[in-house]
Amino acid sequence: MNDSIVQLIVIALGSSLVSNVVLSQFLGLCPFLGVSKKVKTAAGMGGAVIFVITLASLVAGLLYEFILVPLGITFLKTIVFILVIAALVQFVELFLKKYVKSLYKALGVFLPLITTNCAVLGVAITNVNLEYNLLTSVVNGFATSVGFAIAIIILAGIREKIEYNDIPKPFRGMPIVLVTAGLMAIAFCGFAGLI
Amino acid sequence: MNYMGILYSVIVVASVGLFIGIFLGIASMAFKVKNDEREEKVLAALPGNNCGGCGYPGCSGLATAIIKGEASVNACPVGGETVAREIGTIMGITVESTKRKVAFVKCQGDCEHTRMDYNYTGQQDCRMLNFIPNQGPKSCNFGCQGYGSCEKVCQFDAIHVINGVAVVDKEKCKACGKCLEVCPRNLIEMVPYDASYLVACSSKEKGPATTKSCTIGCIGCGLCKKNCEAKAVEVNDFLASIDYDKCVGCGVCAEKCPKKCIVEK
Repeated sequence: MNDSIVQLIVIALGSSLVSNVVLSQFLGLCPFLGVSKKVKTAAGMGGAVIFVITLASLVAGLLYEFILVPLGITFLKTIVFILVIAALVQFVELFLKKYVKSLYKALGVFLPLITTNCAVLGVAITNVNLEYNLLTSVVNGFATSVGFAIAIIILAGIREKIEYNDIPKPFRGMPIVLVTAGLMAIAFCGFAGLI
Repeated sequence: MNYMGILYSVIVVASVGLFIGIFLGIASMAFKVKNDEREEKVLAALPGNNCGGCGYPGCSGLATAIIKGEASVNACPVGGETVAREIGTIMGITVESTKRKVAFVKCQGDCEHTRMDYNYTGQQDCRMLNFIPNQGPKSCNFGCQGYGSCEKVCQFDAIHVINGVAVVDKEKCKACGKCLEVCPRNLIEMVPYDASYLVACSSKEKGPATTKSCTIGCIGCGLCKKNCEAKAVEVNDFLASIDYDKCVGCGVCAEKCPKKCIVEK
């Protein structure tokens, strides 16, 4: 029992900080760079991704474990996972449109783009490849998406400060953001010794 | 050939798809948002610059507000009369004509008429000047500093710093009010497009102090007020101001002004 809890903590720390989905696996870079202009929208995106990835890893895990494996059609995992993810994103979109309209507007095109966010599919496939069970899958999904939220919120915070700086002309706009993201990735290497 | 495999695959993917379809169908009914079709029409009629000049978050925000009745149909300062009339027809309201307004910078203390007390090499942003000695290097503490915060914020290329002072191109100005917000000294004012005479100074210093810092600043002598037959000019805090509703455009004030700070547009 103790061992399994320790294992869960290790997985959580590992996928949220040490092998951060954005900064060390370089997955989900599109929303990472696209929706990180303001901390508020970045947090909203982080929240939406946390919801989608956690639920996606649960549903994908269930489907894989109880349908794909018994029927011996695990080769279908990619297409089935994408179906599930697309449906979940659609659901989140409907939900936000009804209840959090401002966030729905702020996220704009990046909300439906979570569908093609490789981080989501990446987590589902990783869960299967590493043969995680349901609980560890969900924990891994949650931790990974929290890692995504951490990274995007930090970047948004830095970008808000960058706005006020006098940046050399060639670096203005996206270049300085990419440089910043690179430096963040280097900084996150510091977590490598954690586990 | 593994026929069963193919069969299972088809069944699984089809049933997952079917389930998702039903699930999303129910969800979309449960989370249905009532969309007023007029809202989309109004949004299409608006300019779509999302400048925020109306005070709402972008054009879609204004469209929602117009439908709700929170904003009037002529609330868009950029679109002006044509857009107001278009929205009026969508909403079924007749619009009385609105007066076009433009921004005007109440300062003409350019490099010839003022001096620089020291060399400033810091950040080129007017909003920074509150933090530096004497509120900027220019001798006048009320006038335009010429670092162009207004120029940067203008989406319509209508305001430019020329010779150290911001100048509005009134043909290009859409009266969105962005420059009014950004100017730390509140130098920019909305004036009627057809206003003929304007006070181009904001100095509230007494006469001698104004004269020291700028050769073209209002000293509050009151000659304009005395000579105005329409009683359109007032002098408060050593600074003249014109009531555009009363002004008949005779031009006596500009003629009598010893400092030539009342300008003809």
